[in-house]
Amino acid sequence: MTLDLLTTHYNYYAVALLLGIGLYTVIESPNLVKKVIGMNVFQTGIFLFFITLAFRNGGNPPVITEGAGPYVSPLPHVLILTAIVVGVSLTAVALALVVRVYSEYGTLDEDTLEQLYHD
Amino acid sequence: MIEHLIVLLVVLPILGAAVPPLASLRYDRVGWAVATATTLGHAAFAAALAWTVWTDGTVRYAVGGFAAPYGIELVADGLTILLVALVSAVSLGVLAYARHAGPHANTFYSQFLLLVAGLSGMTVTGDVFNLYVFLEITGLAAYGLVASGPGARSAVAALKYLVIGTIGASLYLLGVGYALAATGTLNMADLSVKLAEVGYDSTLVLTAFGLIVAGLTVKVALFPLHTWQPDAYADSLDSVSAFISALVSTVSAYALARVLFSVFTVDFLEAVPTARWALVGVACVSIVAGSGLAVAQSDVRRMLAYSSVSQFGLVIAGFAIATPLAVVGATVHLVGHAVMKGGLFAVTGIIERRTGATTVGGYAGMGGRVPVAAGVFTLLALAMVGVPPAIGFVGKWYIVLGAVDAGVWPVVVVLLASTLLTLAYFARLGERLYFAEPTITSGSTAATDGGESVSTGMIVTVVVAAVLAVALTAAVPVIDQLIDQTVFELIRQ
Repeated sequence: MTLDLLTTHYNYYAVALLLGIGLYTVIESPNLVKKVIGMNVFQTGIFLFFITLAFRNGGNPPVITEGAGPYVSPLPHVLILTAIVVGVSLTAVALALVVRVYSEYGTLDEDTLEQLYHD
Repeated sequence: MIEHLIVLLVVLPILGAAVPPLASLRYDRVGWAVATATTLGHAAFAAALAWTVWTDGTVRYAVGGFAAPYGIELVADGLTILLVALVSAVSLGVLAYARHAGPHANTFYSQFLLLVAGLSGMTVTGDVFNLYVFLEITGLAAYGLVASGPGARSAVAALKYLVIGTIGASLYLLGVGYALAATGTLNMADLSVKLAEVGYDSTLVLTAFGLIVAGLTVKVALFPLHTWQPDAYADSLDSVSAFISALVSTVSAYALARVLFSVFTVDFLEAVPTARWALVGVACVSIVAGSGLAVAQSDVRRMLAYSSVSQFGLVIAGFAIATPLAVVGATVHLVGHAVMKGGLFAVTGIIERRTGATTVGGYAGMGGRVPVAAGVFTLLALAMVGVPPAIGFVGKWYIVLGAVDAGVWPVVVVLLASTLLTLAYFARLGERLYFAEPTITSGSTAATDGGESVSTGMIVTVVVAAVLAVALTAAVPVIDQLIDQTVFELIRQ
């Protein structure tokens, strides 16, 4: 039973792993660029989750032809296409801000920034 | 034309946002004019839509002609148009303030209009994934606006806001994924039926609720998920902090109410008491912690920011109690808080420009130097504490009555205690303003006095906010009538 779950649900393990790694990096890393990377990993976990939802055993691509069903659900793919666009825009804005912070303070380290504030 | 009003509320600001960057090729300072023209158009559409809803009831619109539940549906009921009107009114107020206060760059007004589009979209949408998209549009525009401050400090604040805000929105999206897995639909009305069919004790439904509420709570900035908010409010320009403090968290709180009542419905809250009490608990902790942290601040804008954490705890508590009285109270307080907090941030901007004072200590003796601004500040602060007849009193009063009705005594106790704490931090400022010797002399701030003048438009804006903070009380019966039917429908479902 356990082995069965492991072999059939490995996508979900990957999702949990990506969400965990992403969130941990965002919280734990003091480096601003790594935080942005962690944010991306976190989002990728969600993308994988949606795509996995859409899958069904023996499903065909959702192009309706005579006797081709059952189909894989196309809806989550479309949603994630949108979410990827959103993710790219967020990363772009985040990197632009990182560049500005670095050119002003010469550091990407959160703790150093904190110290600069208090001095 | 008339049936497309609701979608035009979103389309118009997006189109308007494209104009200033294009105009930059030839003209420098047209951003403000474009933004004002667009926002006036937005206000006209909002008024027309409000009239339609007032006379004919709820408006439903299928985007692109694809019928719900397969297509994206936009819905306007009494609650929606109240928020749309608020977005329009506050945007116009901020524009009146920003005409002189700046910034004057064309790109700033593009972001401004994108934020208006995102907020309008969040209010009118009837689709949970569409809500995610508008949540992110709102977020992106807000991050950009926060970063538009002069120093790199605003960039640090914006980056922090971006990272935490994105995690919040992503949690929301994950929750939508669970709801989709449970029901196969994204339409709010359809979800409310199908979630009930799946069963409220299903793990998928419970997880969806937890993730969606957690995600939106980050955006509303309830304790302990508020950490992005004080930096974002305190390190941005005064025009920006007035704008986002009045609207961004407000519309997120509205979205949370939508999800509670239109998607999960009151039946879910009845069936899963743990979910309701968890929400009430978070709200109560937020009320107390927010007030406590506000008392501890020496920077006035940070104090106002923490005060928002506390006030939104109040609003969410009202929604979570979910009796008609409490929901009406939470809505009134939501609108009232937007007017009062936006006005307070704007008036701190004026005081800073006039005198250079930004801290509680620096406010000493300013009552004599900037009498109008100090008067407005005091009036808005008293309204925020909840002194009758101000709007802040009505909202709190309804929430307390609702809580007493529902027998939720912890909320009553916390609310009264927090009112005292609110009084504590605002009274301290009032005392500084009027009864303390000035610590900042005019000589030491000569540089700021010369460079940063204050226009009549800025003064008029904050005076209007102060008048509204009291006058809105007279409008409460109208608001009540407007949202009564909606609240009744939402709660009876």
